[in-house]
Amino acid sequence: MIMPVILWTDALIFLLVAITTAFALYARRKPHLRAPWRHVVCSRPGSMAVVILCAYIIIGLLDSLHYRLALESNDAGAETHYASEVLSALDALVGPLRTQTEKTYSAPFATHLFTRETIQQPEGGQTREYPRLKYGGRHLQNPAVDARADILRRSGVALAQTLTAGLAVLLLITLWQAHRRQQAFTTMLRTILKRRSEVPWLIIWISLSILALLIFLAANLATAYHVFGTDKVGEDVFYQTLKSIRTGLVIGTLTTLIMLPFAIFMGILAGYARGWIDDVIQYTYTTLSSIPGVLLIAATILMLQVYMANHPELFETTLERADIRLLFLSIILGITSWTGLCRLLRGESLKLREAEYIQAATAFGVRHSKIISRHILPNVMHIVLITVVLDFSGLVLAEAVLTYVGVGVDPTMNSWGNMINSARLEMAREPVVWWSLLAAFLFMFTLVLAANLFSDAVRDAFDPRLRQH
Amino acid sequence: MKQPLLQLENLSARIGTGPRAIRPVDDVSFTINKGETYALLGESGCGKSMTALSILRLLPQPHGRISGGQVRLEDTDLTALPEAEMRQVRGRRIAMIFQEPMTSLNPVLTIGDQIGEMLQQHLQMKGTAKRNRVLELLDAVGIPDVKRRYTEYPHQLSGGMKQRVMIAIALAGEPDLLIADEPTTALDVTIQAQVLELLQKLQRDTHMAILLITHDLGIVAGMADRVAVMYAGQLVEEAVRDRFFTDARHPYSQRLFESLPNVDKRDHALRTIPGFVPILDRDFTGCRFAERCEQAWDTCRIEAPSWEIATDHHHVRCHLEDRNINPPARTTRDDLPLAHATAGTGTGAPLLEVRDLKVHFPIHKGIFKRVVGQVYAVDGVSLDIPEGHTQALVGESGCGKTTVGKGILQLLRPTAGSVQFDNIELTQLKGERLRRRRTDFQFIFQDPYSSMNPRMRVGDIVEEGMIAQEIGNSRQERRQRVDELFAQVGLSPEHAHRYPHEFSGGQRQRICIARALAVNPRLIICDEPTSALDISVQAQILNLLKQLQNELGLSYLFITHNLSVVSYLADRVAVMYLGRIVEEGPVASVLEEPLHPYTRALLSAVPQIDQDSRREIIRLEGDMPSPANPPGGCHFHPRCPDVMPECRENYPGETGSGDHRVRCLLHR
Repeated sequence: MIMPVILWTDALIFLLVAITTAFALYARRKPHLRAPWRHVVCSRPGSMAVVILCAYIIIGLLDSLHYRLALESNDAGAETHYASEVLSALDALVGPLRTQTEKTYSAPFATHLFTRETIQQPEGGQTREYPRLKYGGRHLQNPAVDARADILRRSGVALAQTLTAGLAVLLLITLWQAHRRQQAFTTMLRTILKRRSEVPWLIIWISLSILALLIFLAANLATAYHVFGTDKVGEDVFYQTLKSIRTGLVIGTLTTLIMLPFAIFMGILAGYARGWIDDVIQYTYTTLSSIPGVLLIAATILMLQVYMANHPELFETTLERADIRLLFLSIILGITSWTGLCRLLRGESLKLREAEYIQAATAFGVRHSKIISRHILPNVMHIVLITVVLDFSGLVLAEAVLTYVGVGVDPTMNSWGNMINSARLEMAREPVVWWSLLAAFLFMFTLVLAANLFSDAVRDAFDPRLRQH
Repeated sequence: MKQPLLQLENLSARIGTGPRAIRPVDDVSFTINKGETYALLGESGCGKSMTALSILRLLPQPHGRISGGQVRLEDTDLTALPEAEMRQVRGRRIAMIFQEPMTSLNPVLTIGDQIGEMLQQHLQMKGTAKRNRVLELLDAVGIPDVKRRYTEYPHQLSGGMKQRVMIAIALAGEPDLLIADEPTTALDVTIQAQVLELLQKLQRDTHMAILLITHDLGIVAGMADRVAVMYAGQLVEEAVRDRFFTDARHPYSQRLFESLPNVDKRDHALRTIPGFVPILDRDFTGCRFAERCEQAWDTCRIEAPSWEIATDHHHVRCHLEDRNINPPARTTRDDLPLAHATAGTGTGAPLLEVRDLKVHFPIHKGIFKRVVGQVYAVDGVSLDIPEGHTQALVGESGCGKTTVGKGILQLLRPTAGSVQFDNIELTQLKGERLRRRRTDFQFIFQDPYSSMNPRMRVGDIVEEGMIAQEIGNSRQERRQRVDELFAQVGLSPEHAHRYPHEFSGGQRQRICIARALAVNPRLIICDEPTSALDISVQAQILNLLKQLQNELGLSYLFITHNLSVVSYLADRVAVMYLGRIVEEGPVASVLEEPLHPYTRALLSAVPQIDQDSRREIIRLEGDMPSPANPPGGCHFHPRCPDVMPECRENYPGETGSGDHRVRCLLHR
């Protein structure tokens, strides 16, 4: 028995997914909306970035399906109680990663703890040595000799699995394309492999294969070893980085979702109405953007902490508390970051309202609300989209910085910022504990790089000034 | 005597790769002799500019390249030169001036620096010598007060001045050949006359050759020694000017002449060229003009015509000139399409009465946006348009003619004056009542590319007005009306499902007309509806407007700077200068016997095709003053060739006989 838990951020994520799906269905029927997206997918860096982003998004979405397990009770008639710990679909999927905690630090692929411990010998007397890990490499008889061979064997298995899966994927892509274009299988295969297809299927296939290799490696190795080591309390670092993906994505996307209505409404209104409305909106955002963002964020988060401390009864689980804090962080980041887009949209609307097709609409006596929704909004959407995608990577990085400063997400929540924050002390140790920082860096770097490549492709496709003839 | 300077031999250019590459220049050969003016004539999309860019090897990168042939400048083959040496040719041997002077100058460098840069680059001039040469050049292109202009920036100069500076830059390298790509298209007629005169004078002084690229037959008639007509990437006719204007042989050249509007054709529909220039991304089997040609027969569609010699120095690419085959007789030209009623139709009852219309724009300055002055865009304009008539409003850019149109439609609220439409005072109408009234008067914009929302289907665009005015009860009824409208303006109903970018300029203007007609208006204000279009397409649109007037009894206020269109279409004409009407009367009377010196100058500046009727150009000095600070007395007095002392004192009142009124002290 499980009880689904829908956190605030979960609800908003599902809303975002619904909006995106609706837009995608709508855009499918409009050639002028479909063409630039096709352009994004057809550019090589773009298609690669899409594959990587999809992988991240899938992990993030799995991690957003929250539930609580029922506690086993002895008498059947009694009311079911649920565990206080909230789990997600991702937790169920990675299974042992969550539960296999060691005592304290251990290096990647280690079989022994990172620190010496005093151990009572059965025959009396004490020795100081590195004790065996409870889970990492537990199946090995003689770790010092067998570990390397075991790791190689498991990697080999992963490689074989990847090859099989990769070929299967290539076969499926080719079959699908051949069917769609009514071509022979071999012709289609040659087209794809010689990179003559319009959508760069070869690049997509290579990206998928690399992704598959990583997944199979993780599946084979992570169950038997801690591939990124363990942290101070012995938690698997690989598991932490996986859980951090959701936090990063939530900050990057929800902030946008929260600020968009403000920015679009105010920006278009200021540019279209002009006069005193324009003055009021302009002064508002000028004032707001003059206040240092960190100051506002720190104030909000500290106030929220005090509020939560005074009203513990409102939050059933620790995750709910952390989630509210994450939501407020998104909101406050949104409030401090809508001004840039608003300014852009005001400028564009000022220009558009003088456009001849808007004047033509006015000459027909079309109502203002209609003019805004039918003529202005669709013609500024490319700016909105470019800004949103460009802002995303900035927000992911901002989360890390804010958490490091101490005004970011809740310390109990998995996030790259928290990992970097704790690495501050780990890096000061001798010998250095470097794997937490490295894991956070690798995952964050890949996401931000993919997002940047994606945003470049989006800008190339949507910006009329950059459009190729 | 005639020494060849530049020879193009089978020059071809491609943009893009693969089978869908665009071939804007396809096997073009011609020779320009030293000191002559060679005109390249054609509609947009025919490859004129691309030919010029290929000569300088400046095709758009990275997609454009020269795919065959040679460009010989005296003895050097330009296509084979390394890029470093090519830079010595550009600016030094061959210079180019572009259509748009506003964007061709660097806004952060002074005029002196920009001309001096060329001198330093090509003639290694420095210091005082450079400065003196720049001043000389500025003087040569007729810029007054050169010492002051030397240190000024481009934004401080008017459009005509900027084009003069561009010419000075081009002249700085003392080139043998000047390529002028539509050098006056962006300028007003009076400024155009100044610039063309300057080019002719410079050519006399320096003996450079000019390759003049233009679509304007009038300019060709006034400037060129030899003329080549370009169509779909090929030359179709080449002749000495006089021969071309008396005996053009290619059907395309002939149609170009016939589609020009003028007074003599008033009673007829204009002859048009159906269809449009084909897209140059494929191989052609037959003649490229065949599908638009009335005289085409089977051979034209199967076999490409060769470069035939009609007579000495007169080449034509047409099967009609081929002596080896027996072409059918040329169709006679007197089967002109149906005649139209000339003068206005309808009852002639007054529909629109504009009295003393003023539209002023306040100038705000400082932190509190205090009003420090007014731009007198429209300053007391009165007009009457009876039902079913066409009133033309002419004037140069910046004189306020578009503002008059928008003021009448209440798109801009007038500062003062009255606009009575069908005895209802529009300036007093507000909100919902004004919105309801908008069904009676409509606007057609100058640029059909920017007047339609690129993200809506054209059917929805046409339907939008009907929805707003609640015409048609159901969607089906409205759709049916859209189909009817499309048929009325000569488009197929299937077109309704496409987006604006899928149409050519002429088709888009038809859609704009259909959109205006959708709400059953009685008055349409046309703001330069044909100035963005090619000659042949302009004729189609003018025919359509005339036909609609006959059928529906529409009234037009036709805002334009093109006097030949006025003479063809309008019943009455008003000439505007600096926010006021200076002369108004019936078309025949105003254009034949202009009273105001400005009207006379304007008429004389229009390039004429007919050699005999060419008048002495009355040269207007300087540019139009700013409407924010109009000169005292008669607004025209600083530029007037007939200025009298009292012109500086008072603004002249309205005088004149009968219905031909003028505001000038010469005609008291």
